[in-house]
Amino acid sequence: MSVPVAYYLGLSAILFVIGVAGVLTRRNAIVVFMCIELMLNAVNLTLIAFSASLGSITGQALVFFAMAVAAAEAAVGLAIVIALFRNKQTVNIDDINVLKW
Amino acid sequence: MTLEFLIFFFVAAAAVTTALLMVLQRNPVMSAIYLIANFFCLAALYLLLHAQLLAVLQVVVYAGAIMVLVVFVIMLLNLGDERAAATRLNLRGIVAVVVSCALLVELLYLFAGSALDNGPPAVGADASRIGSVEGMGEALFGKFLLPFEVTSLLLLAAIIGAVVLARREPDGLRRPS
Repeated sequence: MSVPVAYYLGLSAILFVIGVAGVLTRRNAIVVFMCIELMLNAVNLTLIAFSASLGSITGQALVFFAMAVAAAEAAVGLAIVIALFRNKQTVNIDDINVLKW
Repeated sequence: MTLEFLIFFFVAAAAVTTALLMVLQRNPVMSAIYLIANFFCLAALYLLLHAQLLAVLQVVVYAGAIMVLVVFVIMLLNLGDERAAATRLNLRGIVAVVVSCALLVELLYLFAGSALDNGPPAVGADASRIGSVEGMGEALFGKFLLPFEVTSLLLLAAIIGAVVLARREPDGLRRPS
């Protein structure tokens, strides 16, 4: 008997929620960024589980493109963090509030 | 309990543990290392699901390229531990944990409702065929050719954007602040 697809969905739900909790509680911009990567990976796991279960390649192709987007996001996001640090000498997201009303 | 179940539960436990440790660590470098461990666990799960190419890409692209970039930026900015004020239990932290737990219960209820043990198996009949390099290559250069090519534009835009954002402005061009 094989592992049911619902087990993978449950695992990815747990990982996603851990990522959400990290984004909401952590104050370091880079750690928040890493928590977002964790959430992206949780969704990738869901897509691959469904892809393997249904025998369809579409889910895995979608994960491939999600990885490319994640790489682009990492490059631009970290460049923004560096630019922020250069201007404000901090990456604590509580101190970066110029766009807040 | 077959071997597949044992491997799944072992890797799943390792993935959840490393994810929790990543969120709970105060030091950003340790967070990054636990996240890399988490990516390796996910690569093992992809292998269990017969997604060989994506398992390799997970290790090479995520654990290799992206996390090296993250660790490099952490080292470059020379960040210390997060401020001690972040550790004390404030209202925002409690709200965050409550919201996360509510989301988790909701998601698990949704999945448990779809017949947990009688549901379809995670590895279908022809799963080993589609996840190979050959299967993925046929899909990427056939059905998904246009998105595949557009991805190159996205990466080019990201490269240019990263360079423009991270470049130090020359003194003559500095905007008055």
